[in-house]
Amino acid sequence: MIPACRLADLPRGEAFRLDSDPPVSVFHTDAGEVFAIDDTCTHQDASLADGWLEDCWVECPLHASKFDLRTGAVDAPPAKRPVRTHEVVIEDGMIYVQLSTAAPNLPACVAARLAGAGG
Amino acid sequence: MVGASLAGLSAARALRRQGYDGRLVVIGDERHRPYDRPPLSKEFLAGDIGEAELALEADDEDLRADWLLGARATALDRTRPSVRLADGREVRADGVVIATGAAARTLPGTEGLAGVHVLRTLDDARRLRAELASGGRLVVIGGGFIGAEVASTASALGHEVTVVEAAPTPLSGPLGETMGGVVSALHADHGVRLLCGVGVRGVDGTGRSSTGGVRGRAGAVLLDDGREIPADVVLAGVGARPCVGWLEGSGVALDNGVKCGADGRTSVPGVVAVGDCANWHDPLAGAHRRVEHWTGARERPDLAVATLLSGGAAHPRPPRPPYFWSDQYGVRIQFAGHASGADSVTIEEGAPDDRNVLAVYRRAGHPVAVLGMNQPRMFTRWRKQLTPTAA
Ligand SMILES: Cc1cc2nc3c(=O)[nH]c(=O)nc-3n(C[C@H](O)[C@H](O)[C@H](O)COP(=O)(O)OP(=O)(O)OC[C@H]3O[C@@H](n4cnc5c(N)ncnc54)[C@H](O)[C@@H]3O)c2cc1C
Ligand code: FES
Repeated sequence: MIPACRLADLPRGEAFRLDSDPPVSVFHTDAGEVFAIDDTCTHQDASLADGWLEDCWVECPLHASKFDLRTGAVDAPPAKRPVRTHEVVIEDGMIYVQLSTAAPNLPACVAARLAGAGG
Repeated sequence: MVGASLAGLSAARALRRQGYDGRLVVIGDERHRPYDRPPLSKEFLAGDIGEAELALEADDEDLRADWLLGARATALDRTRPSVRLADGREVRADGVVIATGAAARTLPGTEGLAGVHVLRTLDDARRLRAELASGGRLVVIGGGFIGAEVASTASALGHEVTVVEAAPTPLSGPLGETMGGVVSALHADHGVRLLCGVGVRGVDGTGRSSTGGVRGRAGAVLLDDGREIPADVVLAGVGARPCVGWLEGSGVALDNGVKCGADGRTSVPGVVAVGDCANWHDPLAGAHRRVEHWTGARERPDLAVATLLSGGAAHPRPPRPPYFWSDQYGVRIQFAGHASGADSVTIEEGAPDDRNVLAVYRRAGHPVAVLGMNQPRMFTRWRKQLTPTAA
């Protein structure tokens, strides 16, 4: 499990981006729930932590596809694939993320860059 | 649904989502299933993505609609009500969503001249992409977003590019003078020549193709001040006009597109309009506005469909201030709000010289618009704070 940040440091309606590889974002919804998903939109290289959070959905800051924080499902193109979701554990006021073992759905441009960086 | 692009598709989705269970007919004069236009001047023109990636429908999406593609609507009969098609068919309907969008304006006098292009449709983009593949000099007429994006894409492909703009500063309409100047400075940064404040007289049609002399092919762009800019390919990026000619005489009030209320209703009951063809009433401005942005074509149909299904009784939430993006020379440009209403512009982050900037437009101290160049994070923060305003 990766420690993300303290719950007290993440106000409702805000997101925190972890510099993992690929990056993961933790969202604190207005209703007080906490979710973690891959930070990169599945369409192009946009950070969902920069997106517009409403209820259990985050809207991509660029082209407005919306992702369901609970399931990762996308509402409508241009993004066509879901984002990966991760399990969140809160212990003693600290938010931890249990990274999913599923393969991420990164956009082609980002996947190529990560593959290049890895050798 | 008349018009089978982003606004028509979004309206079809909204109808199903809002519980409409009846027959749904989508009429579109292009033969293609709905596709995304923004990449046509960017990734698609650059050759980075193919046609399959332009699809606006998800692979498993089924709206249970009858798609009449390659079918042009020629008239709306409000009495029956029905939509007449060019091939003589007539489609009866209880409700009509007008989503016929806009068509690229052409340059008068260049009709039929090879090498002169506009860019609105997939077919336009295929032609332009094929022609740019053979290299040469490109002249872009019009320094607006589509012109600037094509210039950016073509220069990255190795073309010698000149942009000609009639106004003293490109993009001053949507972005204001100051920031229009900052964004259009990207051209010079990348070796693209920008000529401003000069009109175009015409296109010389005595150019030659690589296979030898050909009459009727663009050879140069002729400027008002007498200059001639040699060109192998010309792109006219001189705006778009709403496709509403088919509604003449139908009783649907027209004025710079389909004139409609803040909820999308037109002057005819049971008929709403969405997307680039719709001139929506903005209650705060007390005026009508026709917004040609992707997000408006995607979001407003929710409202218009609620109006249609409720017979006008629904009072949905007002939409967010308009938003659009543009990608030029690797810089991500984002804009939300209305620049025209602002009395000041301040730089809140970054610096114009670095082409990395967040500018906030204010009116009487309240933020009314925000522009970001490579500032996605701060952009969203400011976008959320925009005050809806009369502009
Ligand atoms: C090259 C390009 C790049 C763009 N880039 C951006 C961008 O980066 N950001 C942004 O915010 N916006 C961008 N836009 C604008 C955006 O694509 C439009 O706002 C959007 O497509 C509007 O959707 P629409 O469905 O209202 O209209 P359209 O997409 O124009 O679709 C209307 C459809 O109706 C059809 N039609 C017209 N008349 C009839 C008729 N009589 N009968 C049947 N069918 C008819 C047309 O053929 C067309 O298929 C770009 C547009 C272009 C062309
Ligand atoms: S980058 Fe997210 S929808 Fe395009």
